[in-house]
Amino acid sequence: MAAAREGARAAHDARNTDLDLASLSLRQANETLQKAEAGSFVVANPRGAHALAAGLTNPLDVTINGHVGYYCGGMNQKAHITINGNAGTGVAENMMSGRVHVKGDASQSAGATGCGGLLIIDGNASARLGISLRGLDIVVKGSIGHMAAFMAQAGTIVVLGDAGDALGDSIYEARLFVRGKVKSLGTDCIAKDMREEHRTLLRSLLDAAGIGPEIDVAEFTRYGSARKLYNFHIDNLGSY
Amino acid sequence: MTGDERWIHTPPRESATFDRATIAEIHRAAATGIYDIRGFGAKRKLPHFDDLLFLGASISRYPLEGYREKCGTNVVLGTRFAKKPIEIKIPITIAGMSFGSLSAPAKEALGRGASAVGTSTTTGDGGMTEEERAASSLLVYQYLPSRYGMEPDQIRRADAIEIVIGQGAKPGGGGMLLGQKISERVAAMRTLPAGIDQRSACRHPDWTGPDDLEIKILELREITGWEKPIYVKVGAARPYYDTALAVKSGADVIVLDGMQGGTAATQDVFIEHCGLPTLAAIRPAVKALTELDMHRKVQLIVSGGIRSGADVAKALALGADAVSIGTAALIALGDNHPRWEEEYRKLGTTAGCYDDWHEGRDPAGITTQDPELTKRLDPVAAGKRLANYLSVLTLECQTIARANGKSHVHNLEPEDLVALTVEAAAMAGVPLAGTNWIPGRGPQD
Ligand SMILES: Cc1cc2nc3c(=O)[nH]c(=O)nc-3n(C[C@H](O)[C@H](O)[C@H](O)COP(=O)(O)O)c2cc1C
Repeated sequence: MAAAREGARAAHDARNTDLDLASLSLRQANETLQKAEAGSFVVANPRGAHALAAGLTNPLDVTINGHVGYYCGGMNQKAHITINGNAGTGVAENMMSGRVHVKGDASQSAGATGCGGLLIIDGNASARLGISLRGLDIVVKGSIGHMAAFMAQAGTIVVLGDAGDALGDSIYEARLFVRGKVKSLGTDCIAKDMREEHRTLLRSLLDAAGIGPEIDVAEFTRYGSARKLYNFHIDNLGSY
Repeated sequence: MTGDERWIHTPPRESATFDRATIAEIHRAAATGIYDIRGFGAKRKLPHFDDLLFLGASISRYPLEGYREKCGTNVVLGTRFAKKPIEIKIPITIAGMSFGSLSAPAKEALGRGASAVGTSTTTGDGGMTEEERAASSLLVYQYLPSRYGMEPDQIRRADAIEIVIGQGAKPGGGGMLLGQKISERVAAMRTLPAGIDQRSACRHPDWTGPDDLEIKILELREITGWEKPIYVKVGAARPYYDTALAVKSGADVIVLDGMQGGTAATQDVFIEHCGLPTLAAIRPAVKALTELDMHRKVQLIVSGGIRSGADVAKALALGADAVSIGTAALIALGDNHPRWEEEYRKLGTTAGCYDDWHEGRDPAGITTQDPELTKRLDPVAAGKRLANYLSVLTLECQTIARANGKSHVHNLEPEDLVALTVEAAAMAGVPLAGTNWIPGRGPQD
């Protein structure tokens, strides 16, 4: 399956299709991407367009040269999308599979509710990164804002820099690894031991994000749910 | 014995302020330390459609012949932007109710009943089940704050998309599904461990406010090729402004749910004390649509306490394009049926009062995930009951429309109505019966 996909990618690498948003409408660009079964595409002049490259379902390679607006790569399935710029709210929201790579910074709710695949942010990410996360993996090379991983259910978030207030508030089963300082932990989120399985997982995500051995997994702290709020209990009233 | 002894003590007198229900609630709160959670909608008496009457025909207005002259009931939804609007044959749809709160056979029965009479049904929190997709010829897919179970492939398989901002039973509240109802299947669909209490968020995770909503709608349209109608559902709170903002954000259809609207599980205090009654919400929404020249272009679906064809007709006369039903549909499937009386007694209630839908012990097999109880609901038979009920609502609505001389139920209008109470007259903007007085309106309005 993976091999077939790589094959399809390779076969189309020769055809580098340019989509220039200076002359194409958003609908035209998205329709071309949504209908393509494979291939490489370069999108020029995004100029902050919203919902660009959203709803892709095939293993395309899409490179966007410039900044994008809200929901770039939203609900992505299988495509590899690289943004050579900053991304607005909700980049790769609800991604199912594939990969989205933001070379700049990302705004709020990056990777919100994502179910699968990998989101890489080279810069910083704003508030609510990975909110209601459902299985997507996220690697942020910079720092992240407040309320990251709020109610996050599954998936892994790796942060090389610092985290803002209320990290992991009301978190369910998602895993968080932060290398820098955490300003404060949210309700029911606690620091946890790093066992071998966690080091392996973290290493594999760092590798996937192209981060070399110069970053040591031993520098990270793991955070996750204390699981105290899983069933309502009157003694926890102050925490709800 | 002089007969006067009995007057030494005054006879028992219930307080209007501290009535029995209030006293029982204080005892319950003192014993448990937690607010009361329950299903169903508001139980208090509210100004409602019962406070309105149709005038019928007279010398100046002539009626249509009962069985011979046509009275249309079809409604087209999504004509504003969607490439594929949907057409329902009757002005009544089935509201979004989640798999999780309802059993799989109950969801299937809703689909069967709705499809049999040519109308749509709606998913709910937790995503789409195969049973309901297969059983529903027209299925509206809810896009909720929790996004539990939400997948793009499911959106693509739906006939319309409903962005849920709120519900009438709890405008501003998220959902809750208590651990008892989280079976393995429900848990897996929602990516959460089985048996834990699930809180659904009350705000969407990736947008806030009308400007963001416009972009969210754009994204959903881009993902579905601008084909599907996009509904926006709000609880009745500020219907005039919410309607205007939904129009501004690019909605095709607005779903307005009054405070009587049902819920699977919410705090009683929320159900009874927040939101506007359905009756009070419709005219402000229609006013906003009319001012924007969007009445009938952006369709309005009203819900919250719809029980009869008269309610349907009254909602349409006040300006709705269609109504949707939740509680009444569950009752039609068999909820609160006297045949389960013995079991209701064991649960400390009685047929007609059962509202502990959150506990998952429903004898009728509707609001439960218990495999044994679930088996009691035959989706084919229950679907047939729902279809019967929907047909009755439609016939009743047509009966009233014809008597008022209307060849389509959409021709019903406020002028056909009067109110029985001053409150209802003010809320519905129709005159108090026998007068030309509409409280709150001057001659210029
Ligand atoms: C059992 C049950 C489950 C519900 N689940 C949802 C839901 O998942 N999403 C939603 O928007 N509304 C939900 N609702 C509210 C209905 O969609 C609808 O607004 C309401 O039932 C209409 O009022 P009525 O019950 O008086 O007809 C639910 C209602 C019930 C009774």
